[in-house]
Amino acid sequence: MYRKEKSIQIKNSASALYNNLGVLRIAPRRLTCFTAVHANVVNMVSASWDGLNYSHRQLQSKEPNVATSTSLIMQAAFCALPSRDLLVVTSQKGIQMYESDGSTMVYWHALDTPETNTGQGMFARGISAVCESFICVGVSTGAILVFDVPSKGSNITLADVIEGHKESITDMASECCGGEVCVADLVSADDGGNLCVWKAGEEFSLLNHIPGFDISCSSVKLWKGTAVAGYGTGQIRLYEAVTGILHAEVNAHARWIYSLDVAPFSGLLLSAAEDSLVRVWLLSMSPESHSVEIGHLHNECVTDTQICGAKFCDSDGYAFAVTGYDLSEIIRYTQS
Amino acid sequence: MSSRTLPLLFINLGGEMLYILDQRLRAQNIPPDKAKKAGWIDDDRRRVMNDIITTMFNKKFLEELFKPQELYSKKALRTVFDRLAHASIMRLNQASMDKLYDLMTMAFKYQVLLCPRPKDILLVSFNHMDAIKDFVKDTPSILGQVDETYRQLIEMYTALSSGEFQLIRQTLLIFFQDMHIRVSIFLKDKVQNSNGRFVLPTSGPVPHGTLVPCLIRMFSCSGEEVMRRQFSNGGNYTAALREGSFEIFGDRVKWPWSTNTHSCVYQQVNVAPNPLAKEELNMLAKLMGGLEVQKPGNADNGFRVNLFSTDEEEEEALISRPDDLLYGVINIQATKDQQANAELAKIMGQFAESGEQSPSSSSKGDDLLAMMDGL
Repeated sequence: MYRKEKSIQIKNSASALYNNLGVLRIAPRRLTCFTAVHANVVNMVSASWDGLNYSHRQLQSKEPNVATSTSLIMQAAFCALPSRDLLVVTSQKGIQMYESDGSTMVYWHALDTPETNTGQGMFARGISAVCESFICVGVSTGAILVFDVPSKGSNITLADVIEGHKESITDMASECCGGEVCVADLVSADDGGNLCVWKAGEEFSLLNHIPGFDISCSSVKLWKGTAVAGYGTGQIRLYEAVTGILHAEVNAHARWIYSLDVAPFSGLLLSAAEDSLVRVWLLSMSPESHSVEIGHLHNECVTDTQICGAKFCDSDGYAFAVTGYDLSEIIRYTQS
Repeated sequence: MSSRTLPLLFINLGGEMLYILDQRLRAQNIPPDKAKKAGWIDDDRRRVMNDIITTMFNKKFLEELFKPQELYSKKALRTVFDRLAHASIMRLNQASMDKLYDLMTMAFKYQVLLCPRPKDILLVSFNHMDAIKDFVKDTPSILGQVDETYRQLIEMYTALSSGEFQLIRQTLLIFFQDMHIRVSIFLKDKVQNSNGRFVLPTSGPVPHGTLVPCLIRMFSCSGEEVMRRQFSNGGNYTAALREGSFEIFGDRVKWPWSTNTHSCVYQQVNVAPNPLAKEELNMLAKLMGGLEVQKPGNADNGFRVNLFSTDEEEEEALISRPDDLLYGVINIQATKDQQANAELAKIMGQFAESGEQSPSSSSKGDDLLAMMDGL
């Protein structure tokens, strides 16, 4: 179903972090941007579609105006809003937002240092663009920061802090429904496997809370009102987001799942785990029951590699890319 | 990242170091005419192990270690282990110390990478602690220190969630990132490829709490299972084994890849009476070379352990070590700018607490040398 393409070399190897691959398809310029985090650096590479040009850039998690201070980065992800694309980088110190080519930092938000030095340490993790103008970022305390993003310029503001989780946020996702109205705008997941479903607006409201089983949910996606969640036990679960009804449960992987992605137009689902496997599934809405179904399509094994990021390169799922711990390349596959 | 990572890093690396040193000290070449004094050499080995373990479990140092903090830099940690390795009358040259550190770090990286569940890092740590307890089982005072550390580990870590353990594991993996030093014993056992990367099996038992892949179950709105489907695995997994014990005493459920693999090779060594036969069986001895006893008049006190086959090999290794593998060990005394090395000075200070024994151990070294010459 898929065949392996030429890999893209990156300057450093990828670190073992959840959802450690960012992809942005820029059709007007016929190129695709990839990001992979290595400790305190984000490696960016822009690949032209004809496969002839690659340009590299590295971003460090530095506080502006402080020359020496760096911290470990937890995640880097592209946020595609209707008016603009931004690259959001979250670390132990705070949140940085860049123009999508990484050329300029447009916003910096420092995390509050807690009064008592707790064992876990403070960090931000979990990034999602929501609706027209919001970017949401999760924090290790369980809070979610909601930023209001204007259509251009750097006048980004912290609009709201929403509390729904008691454990560290691991991942967040939203879906853009095009013209249709979505009931659920955002789903967030935490280290206890709990999911929160939100409605966006001037004030975000909690629509539903789906309890976990003390197993971390490391990756979550939203598709046609279904929350697709990947867990540390290697299971994938499909919940109807607003009601919390469990529609499917898949014993998908033999090790911790690190990354999920959905191609919204086709319903293809990608799952990747520490067991060296990337699996491709098909989600579909059953016309009779109006509930989601899942079927397995394809496997790829990246030998001797614990995979930490996997994402489709386009909305149809025609191609996908993969990163692994200690691997200095981005592996690509396209449909054959 | 997690501020609870350092104690696990230190204890596991220390455990690996002790394991390697113990095997090295046992595998020494005893000349046949001095073989009857083998019991005396054994005391020597025990003394070295006791001295190192006492320093490693120094109360003040461990108190600092267990406080929530970021990991030490690679340089700082290497310096700590240099000092630890020299906490007895045993001496290691630069090249041998480099080799020892390579082995320690790659062994622990392997264990962290292959942990079925992140929480199993704690079981690995308990495995190391069990081995350390065994080394000092005849010395109640040190055994007490080790037991106390055991209790601290249990107190700090058993209540952590799986997500927090995964964060600890991710922090450790960042520390070990891009380390691909090839280790003969791993290459031979085919757990490491010739490019230095570890082999990750896609078969065997799944971790405790995980179900064997290949089942899809679908449910109706009322929660009834309406369909069950299998899919092709892409691997060859079997059901989980029982969970290991997280108590002070317990069956850890040893996996094939834990430290105790080394013991399979070495157990043969201990049983075989013929010193020459030992050489054949002991892979590590071939790599690490002979234990040298200094003749009197040599200014170097203590006895030198060489981790290579010959002196020449050791010298050669030092000269030809690639730049990217240089550890950059800092000599505290030589550093002019104490401020810059405040971190190291603070750590070294804690070690110095138990350093009073050094003068007496030098004289112990003299006594030993004198005795050996009298043989």
